[in-house]
Parts: sequence; structure tokens; C-alpha cells
Amino acid sequence: MDKLDSAKIPPASTAVEPAAPLERTMVLNMGPQHPSTHGVLRVILELDGETVLKADPIIGYLHTGIEKSCESKTYSQAITLTDRIDYLAPLSNNLGYCLAVEKLLGIDIPKRAQYIRVLLTELTRIASHLVWLGTHAIDLGAMSVFLYGFREREEIMKIFEYVSGQRMMTSYFRIGGLALEPPPGWLDRVKRVVDSLPGHIDEYEDLLTNNRIWIARTKGIGLLSADDAIAMGVSGPLLRASGVAYDVRKAFPYSSYDEFDFNIQTQTGGDCYARYLVRIAEIRESIKIVKQAMAKVPAEGPFRAEVQGIIPPSREEMKTSIEGLIYHFKIFTEGFAPPPGEVYQVIESPRGELGVYVASDGSPKPYRVKFRTPSFINLQSLPKLAVGRLIADVVACIGTTDIVLGEVDR
Amino acid sequence: MEAQQNGTNPAVQKLKEWNASAVAQVIEFRGETTVVVPRQHLLGAAELLADEPSLRFSFLSDLSAVDRFPLEPRFEVNYHLLSIEKRLRLRLKVKLSTADPVVHSVTQIWPTANWHEREVFDMFGILFEAHPDLRRILMPDDWEGHPLRKDYPTEGYR
Repeated sequence: MDKLDSAKIPPASTAVEPAAPLERTMVLNMGPQHPSTHGVLRVILELDGETVLKADPIIGYLHTGIEKSCESKTYSQAITLTDRIDYLAPLSNNLGYCLAVEKLLGIDIPKRAQYIRVLLTELTRIASHLVWLGTHAIDLGAMSVFLYGFREREEIMKIFEYVSGQRMMTSYFRIGGLALEPPPGWLDRVKRVVDSLPGHIDEYEDLLTNNRIWIARTKGIGLLSADDAIAMGVSGPLLRASGVAYDVRKAFPYSSYDEFDFNIQTQTGGDCYARYLVRIAEIRESIKIVKQAMAKVPAEGPFRAEVQGIIPPSREEMKTSIEGLIYHFKIFTEGFAPPPGEVYQVIESPRGELGVYVASDGSPKPYRVKFRTPSFINLQSLPKLAVGRLIADVVACIGTTDIVLGEVDR
Repeated sequence: MEAQQNGTNPAVQKLKEWNASAVAQVIEFRGETTVVVPRQHLLGAAELLADEPSLRFSFLSDLSAVDRFPLEPRFEVNYHLLSIEKRLRLRLKVKLSTADPVVHSVTQIWPTANWHEREVFDMFGILFEAHPDLRRILMPDDWEGHPLRKDYPTEGYR
């Protein structure tokens, strides 16, 4: 064996290239473990004093191969993986995936299930925006909003637990409708929460909207023009804060959103403060939608479609008819086979345009599933927001994009 | 959107008027229009769709690939376009062979394609010509293989 020669050992690979000695810039590695990156995001910053000259986000630390895993699961089994993409809005992911598969199958969902889906995804949006508000505020030094925000979010989490059995990884939406009949009295709980929420939102606004420190930290920071936002593929509240009135719920309504009365919230500032205002207004709009959905949801009726061989039969039918038993057995052992083809279903998740591409080859397992996750694309615009600003503003810029690293890396 | 449901996406007509050989195949499925474009016409077609005033596909919603191994041409690259003004969606599809998995980058038309194309390169090993920064994005820099290819194992050690 050769003698160990230190000169032959290659240097450890690192993406950080040291700055040229004569230039007076500094390279700073922010993350992957950093309290304000909301997960494991690494940003390589090139600094001139405290001014950011270059920002390069490095991602992939949470990559778990969800798209690859989907290919070896049946269509129904893959739902549990979608929860784990965006763990702050699991129901939105469930909905996007279920709608895509339902489009592939060409089946219609009972209105009752559609309204319950709308109700729960809007609650998800509120919960997700509350987490964003709390963490963004704590990044910028406002501790109390975080505590208040999580208090209200907990109440929404309790509703999810009551309805689906899980606080976070709900998997409550299934192909064809819902997993189970919602428990009795669940709408009373929803009512209690949405009745108390507007007052709480006023409290947050009292703390922040006219707060001089908050305005100093967010106004004029992280500017993004409408043209840049579209060119960078940015969507959701970021796009609307730049003045583009694009919301998938209005432009391409799904799950009966066209029957609800709500407004697209826009601002023209294009800065962190405008995005704050948009998200606060969206919480209020979501409360409106939840209230309408509560009035629309029929107390009784089917909670999932009836399609033989694709949607599991009811418990009653499975126990009493031989066909029901056979279909039940076949669906849970083999799954079902949609026709060959490909679909792309888009929904408005709390973070923006969530696209789900599903390709089928006629077998019971999806041939390819691709999640167009809004965080991944929105994060790409981070250098545009941060370059030319101070280091402290980078924290505000990361916070305002509202990324979920699980969704960025999948 | 309504036009799409009737199976008459105006983009198809525009593409045919521009260059009949740029439209190799049109597929209608579940209200979605897919246009298969030969590789050499992709950039021209993309420019036309993005700039044409009656279409304005200024938003690239998604860019992804499918591996049809062992069929040939093996790879399909899908471009999901969105026109915010006209409320239209369109899927462009380019088919690439195993021997030559190269297609021109669309970053000059839609800057958002930068990370999308890096991801497709990372996961499928498809190369994008004239891409400003084509390196792995999700997997480590020294990773071997491209995980979303169908001949890449799902489990176990290599």
C-alpha cells in the first residue's frame, strides 16, 4: 500500500469559492442551520461590507425523493406522501393530487365533498399564513405576534385532528372525495374558530401594521416588479403583492370555487410590507369563504363518489354485497388503473400555484408524478430580492417569500 | 379556458400558421392541449407563444421530464405554459433520444426555467444547451446517476 501522501489527497469539495485576495468582498455562508431560514436552506452571500452583492441559495438538504417514491406506490397510497411535501399545508397538497388523479379518471365528486374540501383548505390557508406571520415577525424581532399566531393556529389544528384524526399529516382527502364522514358537531367547532379569528387578526394588525419598527424593516425591502415576478414564475401572495391579480381559484376554478364570493387581494408595493398586507387580507378573505362553505355544506349526503372498481364501496355495501366485498378487496390490494394519459392540475396553495402533473401508463401505479411546488420557484427569486440590500434584510427577504423547505426539496 | 374545453386552443392554430412543421402532433386529453414540437423548433415556438399578442404565454408554470425507458425516443420534456391575460394553458412536449438527450434552454425567454432545467438535468441527465449555470440542484455535486430515470433503482445500495 502506498504511503499516505498528504499532497495527493484532494481538497475537500466546497461550493464556496474564496474571494480573490485583492478584492474587498467577503463570502458569508448563511445556513443550512440558521434560525431564520425556516428549515435547512443555505445561502452563500457575497458581501461588500454589509451590502449583499450576490446571493446563491443552495437547496436539496431535505430531498427525500417523493416523486420517485410515488412511482412505486398505488395512486391511493401516494396521498400520504403529498402531506409531507408542504407540512404547513398538507390538505392543499392532498387536494392538488386528488384533483389531478380525479381528472385523469374523469370522475365527478359530490358537491358535499367539494364544499368540505374548500372549507378545510381555506382553514389550511389561514393556519399556514398564521405560521408565516408569526415566524416572519419573530425573525424581525416581534416576539409576541409569534405566540399569538400559534395560539390561533392550534385551534385550527384541533379541528383537523377532530375531523381527520391527525393534526398535520391529515391525508383526509382521498381520490373520489373524503376519507371518512366528518364527525358530528364539527361545524360548531369551525364556527367558534372563525367567529373569534377576525378579532385576533385585528390584534395582529394593531401590533404590526402601523408599528414604526415593522414598517422600517419591511417597507421598500425586497422589491419585485410585476414583470420580474412573471418572468421568474413567482406566484401566490408574492405575485399579488407586485400588482398582478392572478389567483388560480378565480382564473381556473376547481372544487366549486366559482360558487364562492371572494376577492383577489392585491397590492402594488411589491415589497415585504405589501406582501404582509396581502397575506393579512387573504386570511380575512379565507374566513369569508369558510363561512360561506359552512352555510353550503349539506348535513347529509355522500362524501365520496360512487364509481365501481375505483372508489371504495361504503362499509354497509362491503359487508352486505358480494360485489362490494370483491371491489373493496381489489381496490386495497391492486389499486385501480386509470386510462393512459397525462394531466396537469393546478390549485392555489397558501404559497402560490401548486401544480401536479400525473402521467399514467394504464397500470395501477402512477408512471410519473411531478409536483410544481410554489416554494421552489419563489425561492429562485431570492437573489432578486436581496441583492443590493443589507444582511439584516436578507432575513426579511427569506421570511417574506414564505418558503417551506420540505416543499422546495421534496 | 372555454376554448380549451372545446378542443380549439388558439395557440395550436398560431403555431401551425407560423410553421406547419413545428407541430408534429396535437393531443387533446381531459380538456388539456399538448403540442409535440420537434426539438429544432422548440425555441422558435416558445418565442412565438411568449410574444404573440393574442396569446401572451408569459408565465412558464412548470418544466419537467418523463422517462419512457425502454421506448425510443426515451425522454419527454414537458413545458406547461400559462397565459395569465388570456387564461390559457398549453403543454409543449419535446421528445429526446437516449443517445442525444440535449435540448436548447428556454431561460432566455422565461428566466424561471433556470432552476427547472437544473432539476431536470439533475434528475434525468438531460442537457440544456446555452443554460447559464447547469449544475445539480437537489442531489449533492458528486452524486452519480440520475435518480428519476426508470433504470435507477428505488431501493437498496449500489
